[in-house]
Amino acid sequence: MVEKTLYSITALFNTPDEIILAAQKTREAGFVRYDVHTPYPVHGMDSAMRLSTSRIGLFAFIFGVLGAVSTILFISWVTISDYPLVIGGKPFWSWPAFVPVTFEVTVLSTAVLSTIAMIVFYFKFPNNAHPLHDTAYMKSVSSDKFGLCIQANDPMFKEAAVKDFLRKIGGREITPIYFDPDEIDHGQTLFDVKFLGVLAVVALTVSAVTYFSLNVLLKIQPFNWMAEQNKLKAQQASPLFHDGIGMRSPVEGTVARGYLPYPFKGKPEEAGNFLVNPLVPTQKVLDGGKSKYLTYCSPCHGNFARGDSRLQGQFPSPPTLQSDKVRNWTDGRIYHVITEGQNAMPSYAPLISPDDRWAIINYIRVLQRAQNAKKSDFK
Amino acid sequence: MSERPTAQMNMKKPMAQNVVRLGWILFSLGILICVLGYWTDSRLAAFHNIVGFLFLTSIGLGALFLIALDYVAGSVWSVPMRRVNEFLAALVPFTALLALPVLFFLPEVFSWAKAESAVLDPVVESKRLYLNVNFFIIRFVVLFIIWTVFYYVMTGNSVKQDLTKDQKHTRWNIRLGAAFMPVFAFGITAIAIDWSMSLEPHWYSTIYGVYYFSGTVIAALAAATYIIIQLHEHGYLQNLRSDHFYSLGTLLFVFVNFWAYIAFSQFLLIWYANIPEETVWFIMRWKNGWQAVSILLLLVQFWVPYFMLLSQESKMNLKRLKFMSIWLLLAHLLDLYWLVMPTYNSGVPLSWTMIGVPSLSVGLTILVLAWNMKRKNIMPIGDPRLKRGLEFHL
Repeated sequence: MVEKTLYSITALFNTPDEIILAAQKTREAGFVRYDVHTPYPVHGMDSAMRLSTSRIGLFAFIFGVLGAVSTILFISWVTISDYPLVIGGKPFWSWPAFVPVTFEVTVLSTAVLSTIAMIVFYFKFPNNAHPLHDTAYMKSVSSDKFGLCIQANDPMFKEAAVKDFLRKIGGREITPIYFDPDEIDHGQTLFDVKFLGVLAVVALTVSAVTYFSLNVLLKIQPFNWMAEQNKLKAQQASPLFHDGIGMRSPVEGTVARGYLPYPFKGKPEEAGNFLVNPLVPTQKVLDGGKSKYLTYCSPCHGNFARGDSRLQGQFPSPPTLQSDKVRNWTDGRIYHVITEGQNAMPSYAPLISPDDRWAIINYIRVLQRAQNAKKSDFK
Repeated sequence: MSERPTAQMNMKKPMAQNVVRLGWILFSLGILICVLGYWTDSRLAAFHNIVGFLFLTSIGLGALFLIALDYVAGSVWSVPMRRVNEFLAALVPFTALLALPVLFFLPEVFSWAKAESAVLDPVVESKRLYLNVNFFIIRFVVLFIIWTVFYYVMTGNSVKQDLTKDQKHTRWNIRLGAAFMPVFAFGITAIAIDWSMSLEPHWYSTIYGVYYFSGTVIAALAAATYIIIQLHEHGYLQNLRSDHFYSLGTLLFVFVNFWAYIAFSQFLLIWYANIPEETVWFIMRWKNGWQAVSILLLLVQFWVPYFMLLSQESKMNLKRLKFMSIWLLLAHLLDLYWLVMPTYNSGVPLSWTMIGVPSLSVGLTILVLAWNMKRKNIMPIGDPRLKRGLEFHL
C-alpha cells in the first residue's frame, strides 16, 4: 500500500439552504481553505462564502477579444491577400460578411479557452488528476447532494476538531479524502506515454472502423455534396426540352463575346490583301507571340521557323517559314494559313485567339529577320 | 415576521406633488407643441405623431408583455417590481388615443392611402387587400381593444390578490399570459408593418416586426428600470437588493444584444442579396445626412450600452443603471425616428416641433404612474411569491 496523504475532510448536506448555512458557519469559524460543491449553481453562495467578485468575467472578456481580433485578422488576410475571390460583385474586404463568423468564433473561443483555463488552474496543467476525482463524495455532489470540503492545508486544520465541527453544523457522511502525492504532483500528466499511446490507438481504431464500415462494407459516401450534383452533364438527356437533348445550342444568330466571324473563308489572296496586323510589335507582344509560337508552331516548324523540327523526314516534312515565299507574304496571308490551315496543317482557329495569331506573326517576322539579317543590323 | 413590515412599507403612497406637477407641465407643453405642429405643418406633425405613438406603444405594450412573460416563465425575482410594469401598461389605452390625430391625415403620410396613387402603381395595387384605409383602422381598433382587455383583466387579478391573497389569481394570470403571447406577437408585427413599414409600401422585410419588438422590450425594460430605481431611492419600493437591479441590468444587456442581432440580420440579408427594391430602404438612410444618424444609432443603441452594461459591477451600480435606462429610452426614440422620418423627405428634418413627442410621452407616463400609485399598492402584497421574490439573491 502506497503512503497516502490527507487532502481534506468532506461532509454532505441535503438541501441548498443547509449548505448555505454550513458555508456561512465555516467562514465564521475562521476556515480559509475550504470549498463547496453543488450539483447546480446555488444562489447566494457567493455572499455566504464571502467570495470576492470572480475574475472569470475578465478572463472570458480577454478570450473573447482574442477570438474576435484573430478571426477578423484571419478573414482579412484570406480575402485580401491569400485567396481573393469576387463574391457577388462585392469588394474583397466586405466586413458585413465577416460578422457572423467573427461572432461565432468569439463565443467559441471564449467558451473553449475558459474551459482550458479552468483545467490549467484547477489541475495545474499538465497534471490531469485532482484528489477529489473518482471519490464517492464527488459522485454524490454531482447528482443530488451538496458537499463541503475543508482542506488539510488550512492553518486551523486539526483532523478531529474539523470532524467534530462538520458534525456540529449538520454534515452527514463525514469522510477524509486521501491522495497519493506521486499521482497528483508529477505522476499522471497529460503527456504520460501510456496515456498518449492509448489516445493514439483509440484514434486509429475509430478512424479505421469508420473507414471500413462506411466506405468498404456499406459503400456509403458520407460527404458527397460536390461529387453528386443535381445538374446536367455533357451528353446527358434532359426531360425539360421537348427534343430531349440536354446540350443546347445557342439561339440562331448568337455571337459569342469577342468573336468576329472570319470573312475570308477559302479566299487566301483576299485575306492577304485586306487583313492588316492590328498589333504593334512591342516587347510585350513579342514575348506573348514567342510563348504561343513555341507552344503551337515550333513542334513542326522548328524553334527558328526553319522547318527543322524532329518531325523532319518522318511525316510530310513541315515547310520552312524562312523561304522567300513566306517572307514576302503579307501578315494577312499568314493569318489566313493559321486560321484556315493548309495542306497537312489543320486550322488553329479553335486553339489560338485572333490577337495571339497576330502576335505569333509578329514573332515569325522577328525570326525571319534574325535568320536573314542585313549588314546594317550588325552595327 | 418579516412579511408584515414589508407589506406595510409598500402600501399605497402617492407620488410627490412636485413630480406630478412636472408631469402636468410636460404633458401640457407636449400637447401644445403637437397642436402647434399640426397647425404649422400637418404632414410633419403627423410623422412626429407616429414616432410618438410607436414610442409609447413600446413602453406600454412592452410593459404588458413583460408582465405576461414574468407570469408564463414563473419568475420570482421580478414579483416585487411587477406593479411598476402594471402601472406602465396602463399607457396602452392612452396610446391608442394618441394615434387618433394621424388617422385624419392618412393620405398625407401613407402613399398607399391616396386614392389616385394606387391606380398608377401596380405594386401598391397588388397589396390593396391588406393596405387599405378601412382594414388599417379595423386592425388598429381591434388590436388595442384586445390589449386593453388583457391589461384590465391581468392587472385586475393582480390587484384583487392584494386583498384575497388567493393563489387562483396567479394561476389565472399564467393562463392569460400564455394566451397573450401569440396575440402580442401577431399584433406587434401588425403595428410595426402598418405604422412604420408601410410608409414605404414597395419595400418589405420579413424581420421587421421582430426588429420593432426588440426595440420595444428595450424601451419597456429601460422605463421600468429607471422608475424602479427612482422609486427605490425615494423610499417607495423598499427591501429591493442589488440582485434585483443586477437582473434588470442583465435583461437590458440581453435585449441590447438582441436588438443588434436582429438589426444586423436584417441588414446582412439585404446587403448580401443586393436587390434594388430591398436596398433602397438602407440607401435612403445612407444619404443626405442620414448616414450620420445611422452610424449614431449603431453607437447609441448598441456599442455604448454594450460596453457600459458589460461588467458585473455596472449592473449593480444604480447610478449607472439609471443613466443607461434614460440613454436607452433616447436610443429607442432615435431608432423610431430613423425608421419613420426618412419617408418625410430626403434630408434629416430638424424642427422645434420634434420636442413635442418626448415631452408628451414623459408627461403622460408620469401622470399615468401618479394616477396608478394613488389607487394601487406599490408592491403586489398579496402575491404568494412576493416573500421569495424579496429574498431573491444571485
